[in-house]
Amino acid sequence: MINGIWLAMIVIGFVFAAVNGRMDEFTAAVFDGAKSGVTVSFGLISVLVFWMGMMRVAEDAGLLRKIARLLGPVVGFLFPDVPKGHPAIGYILSNMSANLLGLGNAATPMGIKAMQELQTLNPDKETATPAMCTLLALNTASITLIPATLIAIRLNFGSAEPAGIVGTTLAATAVATLAAIAADRLFRRLTLLRRPPKPPAIRPGDSARGGPALPHSSMKG
Amino acid sequence: MITFIPLYAFTRKVPVYESFVEGAKDGFGTAIAIIPHLVGMLVAISVFRASGALDFLMGFIAPALQGLGVPPEVLPLGLLRPLTGTGSLAYTTDLIRVHGPDSLIGMIASTIQGSTDTTLYVLTVYFGAVGIRNGRYALKVGLFSDIVGFVAAIAICMLAFG
Repeated sequence: MINGIWLAMIVIGFVFAAVNGRMDEFTAAVFDGAKSGVTVSFGLISVLVFWMGMMRVAEDAGLLRKIARLLGPVVGFLFPDVPKGHPAIGYILSNMSANLLGLGNAATPMGIKAMQELQTLNPDKETATPAMCTLLALNTASITLIPATLIAIRLNFGSAEPAGIVGTTLAATAVATLAAIAADRLFRRLTLLRRPPKPPAIRPGDSARGGPALPHSSMKG
Repeated sequence: MITFIPLYAFTRKVPVYESFVEGAKDGFGTAIAIIPHLVGMLVAISVFRASGALDFLMGFIAPALQGLGVPPEVLPLGLLRPLTGTGSLAYTTDLIRVHGPDSLIGMIASTIQGSTDTTLYVLTVYFGAVGIRNGRYALKVGLFSDIVGFVAAIAICMLAFG
């Protein structure tokens, strides 16, 4: 699906640019987009480096395992196929709590760590597992308790009640999250029905080295 | 959290600094691994916007919204939000500046911005970081929850402030 959307956006963009006589803007947009892709990635370096360092400390201290045991049942319901006590659960929980607190910057590294842990459970390294899809669903619905950025912007423009959006945001985010969980469940069920569970592709002799080189293989801790 | 974690770890006899640096290395590699994915996605989005295709798409949906009493000014936000976080934040800021933070438009825009997320970016970053190519139904679920969040934000704001 992502292949189709990506191609469609570029082709449709090109056709519209040609028809509207905006070829110059089209070309400029290509390099603009590429540049912001690199800028955003570099902007993420500081945050990712800091929080992943912090998360390693928390992990080594046994904090993540503790949280995982405490909130296990919730995650157990949402992620039935992740074994109890697996390190992924700790990261998933940290990711969820950071999102709740509106710490988007801290949520991303934890989400990525969770993904990397879920990847260790994945028999087909290029296809997302249902658990990965659930993690994404939770993140795109972005359960938020305190929309800090928005409150700051509203304050900046002289709002009489900058935090007046907390209630509506909470309500909307709750509805979106429930919808995401429901949709995720439905799709999960549908995929299971469509293709009967095939035997895992890993054979005893297969190590992680067996597959095509993954971009992250060099940085797996 | 920033002081609690290291302090707690220290009492557990964890070599905190070494442990931090070890984990921090992963962060650097991850940020670098994301670059190609992010460049690909942002180019497509930026091209789509600059060519006028986004404006054209909006021309179709705006009249329907007006009939429902929904301020059409918020519509581009619904289309921008899943694609670009900074773009939609810029648009929200602009709506707040023009119409005022406490206007209905300002409230709706703030609520939408706070309750939905940049689905394509999240998908790109998370899957890109572990090398997933086939995201299965993740995109559909993400976009669906964006639509629900967008509609819910408008409906709730119109009930509360309209």
